[in-house]
Amino acid sequence: MWTWFYRLASPPYVYRVAALWIPWFLTAAAITIGCGLIDGLGFAPPDYQQGDAFRIIYVHVPSAWMSEFTYACMAVAGAIGLIWRIKMGHAVAAAAAPIGASFTLAALVTGSLWGRPMWGTYWAWDPRLTTELILLFLYVGVMSLRSAFEDPARGDRAAALLSVVGVVNLPIIHYSVVWWNSLHQGATVAKLGKPDIELSMLWPLLSMMLGFMCFYAAVLCIRLRGEILDRERQATWVREAVKS
Amino acid sequence: MKVGAWQAMTLVVRRELCLSFRRPEQLLQPLVFFLIVTTLFPLGLSLQLSALRDMAPGVLWVAALLSSLLSLDSLFKSDADDGTLEQLALSGQGLTVIVIAKTLAHWLVSGAALVLVSPLVATALGIPPEAFATMLLSLGLGTLTLSWLGAIGAGLTVGLRRGNVLLSLIVLPLAMPLLIFGAGATDHAVSGTSAAGALYFLAALCVFTCTLAPFAATAALRITLD
Amino acid sequence: MLKGVSLDLKPRELMHIRGPNGTGKTTLLRVICGLLRPEQGRVAWFGESIASVRAEYQSALAYASHEPALKADLTPLENLRFMVGLKRRVTLPELRQSLERTGVAACADLPVRVLSAGQRRRVVMARVLAVRATLWLLDEPFTNLDSAGSDLLSALLAEHVNDGGLALVVAHHDLQLAAAVRRLELSE
Repeated sequence: MWTWFYRLASPPYVYRVAALWIPWFLTAAAITIGCGLIDGLGFAPPDYQQGDAFRIIYVHVPSAWMSEFTYACMAVAGAIGLIWRIKMGHAVAAAAAPIGASFTLAALVTGSLWGRPMWGTYWAWDPRLTTELILLFLYVGVMSLRSAFEDPARGDRAAALLSVVGVVNLPIIHYSVVWWNSLHQGATVAKLGKPDIELSMLWPLLSMMLGFMCFYAAVLCIRLRGEILDRERQATWVREAVKS
Repeated sequence: MKVGAWQAMTLVVRRELCLSFRRPEQLLQPLVFFLIVTTLFPLGLSLQLSALRDMAPGVLWVAALLSSLLSLDSLFKSDADDGTLEQLALSGQGLTVIVIAKTLAHWLVSGAALVLVSPLVATALGIPPEAFATMLLSLGLGTLTLSWLGAIGAGLTVGLRRGNVLLSLIVLPLAMPLLIFGAGATDHAVSGTSAAGALYFLAALCVFTCTLAPFAATAALRITLD
Repeated sequence: MLKGVSLDLKPRELMHIRGPNGTGKTTLLRVICGLLRPEQGRVAWFGESIASVRAEYQSALAYASHEPALKADLTPLENLRFMVGLKRRVTLPELRQSLERTGVAACADLPVRVLSAGQRRRVVMARVLAVRATLWLLDEPFTNLDSAGSDLLSALLAEHVNDGGLALVVAHHDLQLAAAVRRLELSE
């Protein structure tokens, strides 16, 4: 098992292996998302409170979950790069950052669209949406910091440290926002929570979560291969790989 | 004879204070900014104290946050620019000791100064004197935590061109819990309810940050210095 | 940038590092200080890697960079107090003595901002003296010094080396010294 770990630190190995994984992840994503959407949009019964509007949770909840999961991945990868000086860690972190930011944006947009039928406005300071917004700021901070350095290695390390600091703060931020929201929330505005889930609503959601995860893995592999090529462009194996 | 860590810290704090007081204008600027920003709100909103009072804790805290951010950029910048930061790193004392001393000194001249000026501003915004104790305590804990978060940000961005904008971008999202609990505590005090919960959480945040941030800030500086 | 450099310095030795611009002389000095981590290779002090004896190593060295690292708003005396005071306990009279040795006692209480480049360089020399370090790492220490200052620095270097110290000096001209000088030429 440890040899597999060591091999994961080698750019040419990961470059090759990731290419093999991509079609599998994409197929899995297509199937699970497809099933999830058909089931969720077509077959699941409408919620007795929210009607058909609740169906947006099939995109909103997986996006939000993925945005947080990706941040954690980014922080862990960055930490590996920082502590053990494994360059692959920084490559994964750099590849994951824009994906996570996109998921956050998707969560914000779908959340806003959900808000319209729920509250009558496109935005309300709901705890989940506010946390997602702050998460977006954290992503932008990490990405800006990485690109602000002329020396890319230093930029990687700085971004890694910032993402670790961010991941430690994330639960604190979430809890603070929930507390703040409970103080100021009027009784009339409902939370953007999941409606009472019964099984027929749950399956499509789980399917979508799995699908988003596979999609994330596929896109990560694609971006990671690009990052590897960029970072290792001086190496001979890259020149040969690009030629072929 | 070897110099102990405590002595070294005292020496560095004295150095920072000496440097700060050589340029008193730079000490006053963030305070003046604090006053100006708090003036913006009544001008933009309303001059009725009763209306301002509702907003006052939030306005006070936002102004304090922004003023503290202004002075954070200079935490390591001047030393990095003239080469003395390297000398401090080579002093045999360990970078963490230096970072702790510099951040504490920075808080003394910026955060603590803000806390002292805050009753003036609070009165101008209609906060009743009964709420002052809570407000001062929350601001004291909050500015200390912010100095530490800012030290991490300053360590990461020292040496970058236009680092101060990036510094704010990095530090503000991390400082949002501070704002929530600090303004929340003051708000409770103004409306007469107990601010204990919010203050305890603020204190916990402060202790948590003061314990871990020195190591993060030192690591950040090492990334820059290396 | 720097490849294949290996050097070994013993007490009572002075090494003069020279080479064209851009060959990594300053980088080499900074790696030896411990400010830069080498990607390959190691720096050892009396057999121990400098990372493991960091505090001890740093107390025994004095590094003078190309720029005089002084706070412009403080006086030379205050600068010395805050810098030397971190490495060993000093008294103000001792520091004044060091400043006198290097000829800047008269401006000991003026802010560094008003001193000339040559005077600042002398203040740096005073700092290196006052620290009482075993290893001197000097990067272009003769910059901005007049002939009297250069003679003084050469004398101080000779004294340091004869007393059992070690010194690594980056200088682009020849060092006229009484002590034995080893040379290291860096090339592209």
